[in-house]
Amino acid sequence: MRNPFAFQCGEFRVRYKDDLALYKVPRVRRRVLFVLGLFFLYPLLATPYYISLATMAAMAAIGAIGLNILTGYTGLISIGVGAFLGVGGYTSAIVTTHLGLPFWIAVPLAGLVTAFVGALFGVPSLRLKGLYLAMATLAAQVIILFVIVRWEGLTGGTAGMSLQRPDIFGYRLASERSYYYLVLVCLIGTALFTMNLFRTRVGRALVAIRDRDLAAEVMGINLFKYKIYAFAISSFFIGIAGALMGHYSRIIGPEHYDIEVSISYLAMILIGGLGSVIGAIFGAVFITLLPVVLRESLNLLTPILPHLAEHFSALRELVFGLMIILFLIYEPEGIVKMWRNLKDYLKLWPFSYSKK
Amino acid sequence: MDFFLQLLVGGFVIGGIYALVALGFVLIYKSSDAINFAQGEFLLVGAYVSLTLIATYNIPLLPAIIITLAFSALLGLAIERLILRPFIGEPVISMIMATIGLASLMAGVVHMIWGTELRVFPPLFSSDTVHMGGVVISPVYLWALAIVVLLLIVFSLFFKFSKTGIAMRATADDQQAAQSMGISVKSVFAVTWAIAAIVAAVGGILLGHINGVNASMALIGLKVLPVALLGGLDSIQGAIIAGFAIGIIENLAGGYIDPLVGGGVKEVVPFIILVIVLMMKPYGLFGKQEIERV
Repeated sequence: MRNPFAFQCGEFRVRYKDDLALYKVPRVRRRVLFVLGLFFLYPLLATPYYISLATMAAMAAIGAIGLNILTGYTGLISIGVGAFLGVGGYTSAIVTTHLGLPFWIAVPLAGLVTAFVGALFGVPSLRLKGLYLAMATLAAQVIILFVIVRWEGLTGGTAGMSLQRPDIFGYRLASERSYYYLVLVCLIGTALFTMNLFRTRVGRALVAIRDRDLAAEVMGINLFKYKIYAFAISSFFIGIAGALMGHYSRIIGPEHYDIEVSISYLAMILIGGLGSVIGAIFGAVFITLLPVVLRESLNLLTPILPHLAEHFSALRELVFGLMIILFLIYEPEGIVKMWRNLKDYLKLWPFSYSKK
Repeated sequence: MDFFLQLLVGGFVIGGIYALVALGFVLIYKSSDAINFAQGEFLLVGAYVSLTLIATYNIPLLPAIIITLAFSALLGLAIERLILRPFIGEPVISMIMATIGLASLMAGVVHMIWGTELRVFPPLFSSDTVHMGGVVISPVYLWALAIVVLLLIVFSLFFKFSKTGIAMRATADDQQAAQSMGISVKSVFAVTWAIAAIVAAVGGILLGHINGVNASMALIGLKVLPVALLGGLDSIQGAIIAGFAIGIIENLAGGYIDPLVGGGVKEVVPFIILVIVLMMKPYGLFGKQEIERV
């Protein structure tokens, strides 16, 4: 019982509910809500171009969180994200155009179909691990893309397909702003689900598999079952992201889903921070904005070095590769670690040392 | 029957080049437990450097090739020292991503220097085709095959008998034991990357003579990965056998199945074979089974 005559100092958890909360400290909870509020206010202040950048980053973040479930939390490397995004995008496109189902059914359906395909390509994980499993997902990438290109009757082959922006109560979400809100809500849902997933039995089992798969098996975790879960859950969100992207850009084709897409998603979770939801979001923002920032800085440099802008695509590759290598060498735990270091620094200021 | 033989011979030559490039993967995996996703870019650099030497500076073929190989070896050494050494002993994903980052970096540099359009080597061999019992072969293919077979023999002997080769095998087997026996693991890694870069450059020069050089050549790195895995990542004979097998199978599949589905079969067949084989033999056909204990 709290003494009514004394000032309260520190954090007291007096109910089980407090102990189980996602954010246990009220100040942190308020800060999270404040930041979320800022995200909802953002489109009221920004121009459509900046809203579209944020929308693309948020869609990438959904996919990156999905990949992080598989690669960051469960330790199964996947080089097939691009193709799984494609499965999501094409499922939604096929279901809405050929069957005429509404967007609100098509997108979850795209998630489910991608989850199924992902689980199917997760089956080799029964016997494969490490590099060999990574190659099985690379095979998924190549095989799925081949099917998409060759099954012209269903997917339109290399010509691709066109999609529609969704309707809600007769109102078309055609403006940048309305689609931003839709994607933001999906991202918040994905993040909340994933954060909570790793507080449950299934999530703990996945982390145990990452840390030492044989030890996990000895402790009674059915490796095969949980690895398939990891593939399915991860692919579900990647499929949702793919469907959202398809409806956003309104046109999809095989070239949107090639191996480079897979690699940029791997880069997102590595640069952001493996095994962290907020890290996946940071990474998605970083990789989405990297070419934009590069383009802007090239434009600034044009008066000095006029020929530099011609090499934009080569420079983009160069900077992308350089970023991956520099992050891996100097901050292997990603932006999330840099963010934590910054917070620690501010917390301890003006004392530079910390009790580590 | 002639069609079949034609496909067989073509597949055999391409398979030889696959085997050569796969050798680069196997070498790096054996010594440092990593897959080098930048192998295709090494190929590209080798092809472009030799092309520039021959076409722009008019250096005769043989010196040009020697300079290219020396350059590739230095490049391999530099990359190992600057980029990959911090990753010794790091998790698999760091190693994979580091080489993917390296691939992107190298591709960017190559595109800035040489652009992306197709360039061809000046014709070196007579364009008269050789007829052998109904099979038509251009001399480039015969030369390529001869060079590949020669190199594969040289490397097999090198690993079996030379001191460096034995040190490399020892390092592959157990890094700690090798180090305690006086082998410098670091210099073995350096030699490994140099050799991997050299075999890639040879592959690049040969492929460049067959198909011309452009940016898409780097994709062969990804295509040879299933070859290396199929043979077993740590088996040199495995790489050679799988290289020839995949080359022949994909050429036959391309010849007979492409007309049915409308092309592109060559790209996926190696991966389909890979998935099927890995389901039955998780360490490839000749790979070493790892026994794990808790």
